Amino acid sequence: MGKIIELKKVNKWFDKFQVLKDIDLEVAPQEKIVICGPSGSGKSTLIRCINRLEEHQEGNIIVDGTELAENTKNIEKIRAEVGMVFQQFNLFPHLSILDNCTLAPIWVKKLPKKEAEEVAMKNLTRVQIDDQALKFPGQLSGGQQQRAAIARALCMEPKIMLFDEPTSALDPEMIKEVLDVMVDLAKGGMTMIVVTHEMGFAKEVADYMIFMDEGKIVERAKTKEFFENPKSDRTKLFLSQIL
Amino acid sequence: MNLISRPSKENLKSYLPVGITLFSLSFVDVFVNAFFNYNLLGFFPSQISYFSPLIFGFIGLYLIRIEFSGIRFLDILNRNINSNNFNALLTLLTVFIIIKSIPPLLNWFILDANFLGNSKDDCTGDGACWVFIKVWFNRFMYGLYPDAEQWRINTAFLILFIIVGVSFFVSAKLKKYFILFLVFVYPFLGIELISGGSFGLKYVETAAWGGLSLTFIISAFAILFCFPIGVFLALGRRSSLPAIRYVSIGFIELWRGVPLITVLFMSAVMFPMFLPDGTFIDKLIRVLIAITLFEAAYMAEVVRGGLQALPKGQYEAARSLGMGYWKMNLLIILPQALKLVIPGIANTLLALVKDTPLIFVVGLMELAGMIGLAKTNPKWLGMAMEGYVFAGLVFWIICYAMSRYSQNLEKKLSTER
Repeated sequence: MGKIIELKKVNKWFDKFQVLKDIDLEVAPQEKIVICGPSGSGKSTLIRCINRLEEHQEGNIIVDGTELAENTKNIEKIRAEVGMVFQQFNLFPHLSILDNCTLAPIWVKKLPKKEAEEVAMKNLTRVQIDDQALKFPGQLSGGQQQRAAIARALCMEPKIMLFDEPTSALDPEMIKEVLDVMVDLAKGGMTMIVVTHEMGFAKEVADYMIFMDEGKIVERAKTKEFFENPKSDRTKLFLSQIL
Repeated sequence: MNLISRPSKENLKSYLPVGITLFSLSFVDVFVNAFFNYNLLGFFPSQISYFSPLIFGFIGLYLIRIEFSGIRFLDILNRNINSNNFNALLTLLTVFIIIKSIPPLLNWFILDANFLGNSKDDCTGDGACWVFIKVWFNRFMYGLYPDAEQWRINTAFLILFIIVGVSFFVSAKLKKYFILFLVFVYPFLGIELISGGSFGLKYVETAAWGGLSLTFIISAFAILFCFPIGVFLALGRRSSLPAIRYVSIGFIELWRGVPLITVLFMSAVMFPMFLPDGTFIDKLIRVLIAITLFEAAYMAEVVRGGLQALPKGQYEAARSLGMGYWKMNLLIILPQALKLVIPGIANTLLALVKDTPLIFVVGLMELAGMIGLAKTNPKWLGMAMEGYVFAGLVFWIICYAMSRYSQNLEKKLSTER
């Protein structure tokens, strides 16, 4: 099977501090990968490199056959194919939920307004907030906002979805409604890379687990193996603390 | 002893009438004194008489300072203006000063003022000579613009008001065309109408323009152009391209660091020296460009404040959806940033309107300039007060209207409902 995302020997520095060290990663279409690790281990930076919100300095990142580099002309096209969900939702507060969802399809994909609204309503129904479509982000709860953010990303009909700690900023009772949407998405066959501490979610949907520490991938294993029989001591320690 | 105990709910019945009487007495005394020039409490020795309203009022307020009296009005009064001795004193002083200052102002503005007549000699009263404003009104509005052609200025402004007025009542789709017309067509139409020279309209040189209409023309043009230029400069200052960034910084800091009066002077006097022989740019246009660029530098910094207030996540979300630089800024960043800085923008634009009188340094005379000219007319010497009060009033009306509009806009655009 072809790879949709390939990272080869990726290195990245913030000034002198090396955040990513020799990262190798391959993701096949429809694979779901969960990345975990202690804070500051570089997991957010890693997935932000995949749609080039962060620039890497060394190595190659190839997304859907296009290499991301400084002179990549159609970086916007790649980003349109890679949906991203942020820890802080980052909805556009000056637009209604519906407009949040239709803005990029209309202006980036040049969909007619009516069609864009149909797509938006379909995705809002999928995340079960179609009844909130005309409200503004400030009027919604955290969980609803995050689901709206997922719908907004889905409206671009991306091939890959990146989740950067999507439930970390939520109240405990709202985490489930967001995870349910993500599980539903995973079962629909979306390629997903998720940075999260929700191990229950990871066990349920992940094909592979990746454990990162200090900018390196410490362990990469099938989900079952990762939880039942972790190889490295660092992983064992982390799992014992988090589970 | 009941008589010297603190005012409280128990002795409310005896204290309240006394307190109100004393307070009313002091109030009436000041009132009668101010309006009828009669000292009710004149039978006291003069030193006491002078302060008697304060003393009586103070005691009166003390006596009615009853907590939880059960009388709603009294409670509100006590809480807001009579909560302790110091506040009671401030209340009395404020009220007395206001009462004292009303009669002289009223006299000067209206009661002793002169409204009838055609010359300074008709002003026989002690108050303001509004005849001055009446006689010069036409000049204050139109400057030295020929009387016979003034309908052109009226028409230009009438068209503007009609377009603006109608645009409030049409659908959002039509409104777009109204705004495009206002920004791209109307300015040239209006200038053509006022300046003339073609379509059978007599040419009126800009030196003859003046008065309030010139204030409006300059303000409107400067506001229209300084706003987009300011936005571009603000974006430029945050650009990742060093060339654009340093040019923007240089431009902003240069224009912000020079007084407007210097800029105007240079634009009118020095700038032509650098032009090749034979080329000529109208003085008014040079002044307009100078004011526009000057205010654009201020506008840029106001807008930059808004840009910096936006969380980084908004940029990232826009980029992650595949938006390029311009789409991101026009659709996501600027709408939010500009909304945040509406008060700052209003501030800059108000300052712009109030800066227009400075064009007198290059010999152009808008409202304040015309008044300055009129008051030096030998037949109308000594009318500076009336003139500048009038100018102040007109500027205040304009600026207050703008301020109200900006507040409405802020409310209308708020999405934190």
